Amino acid sequence: MSIYNLPIISQEEAGRRTHKLVLRAPELAGACAPGQFVHVLCGTYHDPLLRRPISVHNADVKEGTITLLYEVKGRGTALLAAKRPGEYANVFGPLGQGFKLPNTCGSPILLLGGGIGSAPLYFLARRISETVGCQTSTFMLGAQNCDSMVCREEFAALGPDIRLATDDGSLGCRGFVTELFAEYLASSESSTPPLVYACGPTPMLKAVALIANKHNLPCQVSLEAKMACGVGACMSCVVRVKDGGGEKYVRCCKEGPVFDAKEVVW
Amino acid sequence: MVAENNRLKTEIAGISMKNPVMVASGTFGFGREYADFINIEELGAIVTKGTSLLPWPGNPPDRIAETPAGMLNAIGLQNDGVESLISEKLPWLRQFDVAVIVNVVGKTLDEYAEVARRLDGVPGICGLEINISCPNVKEGCIAFGTDAGMTAAVVGSVKAATKLPVIPKLSPNVTDIAAMAHVCEDSGADAVSLINTLMGTSIDAETRTFRLANITGGLSGPAIKPVALRMVWQAAGAVSIPVIGMGGISCAQDAVEFMLAGASAVQVGTANFINPNAGPKIARGIDDYLARHNFEHVKDIVGAVKSNNL
Ligand SMILES: Cc1cc2nc3c(=O)[nH]c(=O)nc-3n(C[C@H](O)[C@H](O)[C@H](O)COP(=O)(O)OP(=O)(O)OC[C@H]3O[C@@H](n4cnc5c(N)ncnc54)[C@H](O)[C@@H]3O)c2cc1C
Ligand SMILES: Cc1cc2nc3c(=O)[nH]c(=O)nc-3n(C[C@H](O)[C@H](O)[C@H](O)COP(=O)(O)O)c2cc1C
Ligand code: FES
Repeated sequence: MSIYNLPIISQEEAGRRTHKLVLRAPELAGACAPGQFVHVLCGTYHDPLLRRPISVHNADVKEGTITLLYEVKGRGTALLAAKRPGEYANVFGPLGQGFKLPNTCGSPILLLGGGIGSAPLYFLARRISETVGCQTSTFMLGAQNCDSMVCREEFAALGPDIRLATDDGSLGCRGFVTELFAEYLASSESSTPPLVYACGPTPMLKAVALIANKHNLPCQVSLEAKMACGVGACMSCVVRVKDGGGEKYVRCCKEGPVFDAKEVVW
Repeated sequence: MVAENNRLKTEIAGISMKNPVMVASGTFGFGREYADFINIEELGAIVTKGTSLLPWPGNPPDRIAETPAGMLNAIGLQNDGVESLISEKLPWLRQFDVAVIVNVVGKTLDEYAEVARRLDGVPGICGLEINISCPNVKEGCIAFGTDAGMTAAVVGSVKAATKLPVIPKLSPNVTDIAAMAHVCEDSGADAVSLINTLMGTSIDAETRTFRLANITGGLSGPAIKPVALRMVWQAAGAVSIPVIGMGGISCAQDAVEFMLAGASAVQVGTANFINPNAGPKIARGIDDYLARHNFEHVKDIVGAVKSNNL
């Protein structure tokens, strides 16, 4: 884990209000795992003050680059989007606990992404394919509309079965990713239960977790929380989890952001 | 190397430090979280997260909200309690050549004294900072820091429970900071530190909700610096024990300003979140300042701000 001033190789639009930022980062590229994030300094001179947590969308060890895929939400991400090749991005990481990869290819692998939450799933699918050697069985991606569906083609290159849902029906089915998930389970003929990985807005993750837990499926979710330090020092970012018979707060930036869906108090 | 520099060596209330730059309670965990990033031995001291007798669960999220040049926090002093500090955190910290000050919190007078008693004689602790100023817990804490009688009682009973230097940490949420500093000195405090966070809140107009689950929180960061600087100056003028200054320090120049106002040492808090290396960088920057202005020792700038009338 270190602090880096990374040269920007490219910054391009990748959908509505969505940007793809490629950074030269040989050390980070080798160090980060899917589901981990970096803490990005977006402002200058206290505006905005805090860093912004952004997941690693891809790490290319050979090229020595990392890619961030992010949506412009407010001031921090708008300033990040204004940076150009030749400039630098100050980041530290890799941070947090990423997704646990499957050991073998026995079970179908389902990746569920909601909106910009699909960003880290790309890195996950690639790593599962490169290191474990299995293909993602089904991607289920949800977005508000066609324009905000991210990286459809990139995912398509990684797996044969892509199912899409949009709130307005402008692409794929009209509805939510969770409906695709429920349909999948209802119609699946596979006797081995799938491994489920999900990232997206909290209400979506909650709905996914409830379905997965009901069917007793292994399910990992990547959660979001308001973060200050990003390294586990300040206790800002807590998530409520089960603790024996009781409950406790743990740090999203340190014990997470990826949690077992059964552990989280939804 | 800052570590070898005699010009920065500082002693406060019997606590020897390589330089006058400490990291503030609650912003640096127990050091471990940052040890991967920086050389924590370049810090003057590490002040731990507030530690209570028994574990505290903390407040529900959201616990923070960003504000212009600042942030509000309502962590609610989530911590694992004094036994975990002694059995897990301190043994790890003892490997390093850096002063450790434990920040102590309690809901009752007895609890403060009990934590102090429990820590007395535990190796690897140089002093106790008594948090009587946290705005985010319902009982104790700030109630002690905003009432002169209770401040005196808590400082007195902690003093009686330990041989370690005792440093009450003052709340800015009072009308007369000089009077509070004075009460601490009279009650036997070895030094005072200030300021803790200023109570505030934040509302999201779009959703018409408070941004913090706790509704109110403590404001920190560059936004509070002028208020903190004024309070440090007033407190330093009122007491003869050392004053440790903090509130919005993010660069060496900020730190020097606090020392000119009368602080013998400074603490860096929120700035660690933006740059984990802020502490060591500020220590080096103070050294540059001393060289530039031909000061022989950092203590020569303490209280050296000139009066405008002269
Ligand atoms: C572990 C993690 C990974 C993330 N990965 C990505 C990613 O790959 N791509 C992406 O587009 N976004 C990601 N986010 C969300 C991203 O951090 C926020 O959208 C961003 O901080 C918004 O900043 P802003 O200044 O543009 O918005 P503002 O609304 O101005 O931000 C104000 C404050 O709220 C915080 N905040 C706002 N939205 C969120 C949120 N959803 N989650 C956490 N904090 C928030 C900001 O950090 C800041 O402190 C991730 C969040 C977390 C916690
Ligand atoms: C997230 C956070 C947690 C804090 N926790 C504590 C604490 O446990 N005990 C304490 O005495 N002060 C605590 N503080 C206050 C700081 O130590 C410091 O007094 C204050 O933030 C002002 O300094 P700054 O502007 O440099 O951050 C906390 C501050 C922040 C931002
Ligand atoms: S953001 Fe500081 S502990 Fe997670």
